[in-house]
Amino acid sequence: MAVPPGVSERDFARALREFESAVGSEWVFASDEDVALYRDAYSPFKGEPEERVASAAVAPATVEEVQAVVRTANTYRIPLYPISTGKNLGYGGSAPNLSGSVVLDLKRMNRILEVDDRNHTALVEPGVSYFDFYCYIQEHKLKVWMDCPDPGWGSLIGNALDHGGGYTATPFRNHFDAHCGMEVVLPNGELLRTGMGALPNAKTWQQFKFGVGPWIDGLFSQSNYGIVTKMGFWLMPEPDAFLTGTVVVPKQADLVPLVDILNYLENSGVVNGMPQLGSPLLGGFFDPISDELRELIQGGASTEELEAYAARRGTGYWSCTVKFYGPEKAIRANWEYAQEKFSAIAGATFENGEFFKFPLSAEEIEQITRNQALGSRNATLPEFGVPSLTMFSIGARSATNPNPTEGHMWFSPIIPRTGEAIFEANRVFAEAARELDLPFNAVGFSLPTTYWNRAFVYILAFPVSKDIETNRANRAKFERLVQIAAEHGWGEYRTPPAFQEAVMNAYSFNNHALRRFHETLKDAIDPNGILAAGRYGIWPRHLRHMRQG
Amino acid sequence: MSSKIWIAATASVFLAASAHAADSPDGKAVFDKWCEPCHGDGPGKPGTAALQALYNGQKPALLEERTDLVPEITKAFVRSGVSVMPFFRKTEISDAELDALAEYLAP
Repeated sequence: MAVPPGVSERDFARALREFESAVGSEWVFASDEDVALYRDAYSPFKGEPEERVASAAVAPATVEEVQAVVRTANTYRIPLYPISTGKNLGYGGSAPNLSGSVVLDLKRMNRILEVDDRNHTALVEPGVSYFDFYCYIQEHKLKVWMDCPDPGWGSLIGNALDHGGGYTATPFRNHFDAHCGMEVVLPNGELLRTGMGALPNAKTWQQFKFGVGPWIDGLFSQSNYGIVTKMGFWLMPEPDAFLTGTVVVPKQADLVPLVDILNYLENSGVVNGMPQLGSPLLGGFFDPISDELRELIQGGASTEELEAYAARRGTGYWSCTVKFYGPEKAIRANWEYAQEKFSAIAGATFENGEFFKFPLSAEEIEQITRNQALGSRNATLPEFGVPSLTMFSIGARSATNPNPTEGHMWFSPIIPRTGEAIFEANRVFAEAARELDLPFNAVGFSLPTTYWNRAFVYILAFPVSKDIETNRANRAKFERLVQIAAEHGWGEYRTPPAFQEAVMNAYSFNNHALRRFHETLKDAIDPNGILAAGRYGIWPRHLRHMRQG
Repeated sequence: MSSKIWIAATASVFLAASAHAADSPDGKAVFDKWCEPCHGDGPGKPGTAALQALYNGQKPALLEERTDLVPEITKAFVRSGVSVMPFFRKTEISDAELDALAEYLAP
């Protein structure tokens, strides 16, 4: 049996017995076979001694059991690593940052405590998945949507705490922004409620975020200062309708005003769905570029030649699909207004897109599912708050991918929401791709993701391999990309445990003032350093020597 | 199966699975909750698409139509995973639920 670092076998055995008396012996997992289920299924360290593995796992069902486990962990200095549904694949899954930690598996805490469809709020426990929540809404015929990420088996709480994003209307796509109120077990076992929840008998815990005094909720995201055992969320009322429309512009330089106008429309609330930037010149997963275009690009075609190609084909150079949720009359008027604004770009053309009234019919859901599976540019299930696992077609064996991967990880820096930044990021990362021999797409240009309306996310996917040398090489390339991004003022918003140290190191303003502040807090809140050591580069004092950089 | 029906079925199955958690688990309910989103019928099911590509018609792509899934096979894949399919912990699919699932898929 593995033993946590710095803990004697005798103390570990005592701690496990105390865990058993707190949660029941069937919910403490210490055999090799059971502990192996807490590995990171997508670990980029597969088969290497550096793989981060647990020593045991304990699965409480109540807040009181969580508190009891935490108190025992303090007694014996057992490192704990909380997970919610453990399905944060690509970001560590159910494995700890620090090998030898005991995973605190919160999957059994799976109660949906409240869904209020009069004020559109919810209160849930960490084991509740997007599938669970969706089924609850359907079962109770509630007219609300929960914004969900690509994989439906993730935790509402875990995803929000990891700063995950989704696909519905602007106020809900940033899952942490859309939360309201938390209950937290602190590292000393004490129970804390944030916002209005700090007021005994509060009636507005899920309605007003701030309560009074400093708003501390952010401290419990991407961190190791507490175990969130309840969290409130703001839900999207089921809208009347959904509409999309696409603007196409002819010149390469049009990307700059295209993004500026898009920003205006989004930041003023006219466009409230997740927009989609595209280019007919980039092709798509199931829509490869023509041989003529490939030859042009490989021959180093000039901007004018590419524009001429686009004009000849009548495709345009860039496209932007804007999406609207709301009353039918209002969103049709908003699309009309958006066309007026985009018409400032010479040669802009417009195409009406999809239109749905809610609730969707069975046939509509099936068609949306089919479109999504085919990788079309039409609306996808998550844009209607419907969770699925369709995203896992990435990397899976399929008719077009005979060599499945062992998982994936995302390199995802935040870049400014400007056309200029898109050009610069592509120049920088194309150069990096050549330097590092990265499997960039055939055209060498990638458009950013638009989850959030104030900044872009520029995403590059790295596959995880069975081959140790490939994984080693990819880890080194990933770390180099983190450095390159930082040199240009771009930092990642979220990253797998393998790179959390490197990414945090890049946020180094004023001699790492932010990290030093994190460490000051860590020492004060968790003096025994029992909670999630190393998460996002925050190490407790006694393990700070493990910090890189 | 249409998606709407799937949604209704999953919702009721979810509740049924919860209700019967303390009794003997229902293998079909376990399948619908944990396997169907990837291995079900219809579009957008990466597990079904993967098995279609792997077997190319020599075996059914749908697990529920297979006649060669002895319980040991099902248990091995659930606890070991394969490719992008992760393994499942006992807090997700308990041993008793896995027994019921394996029996449900067995010939």
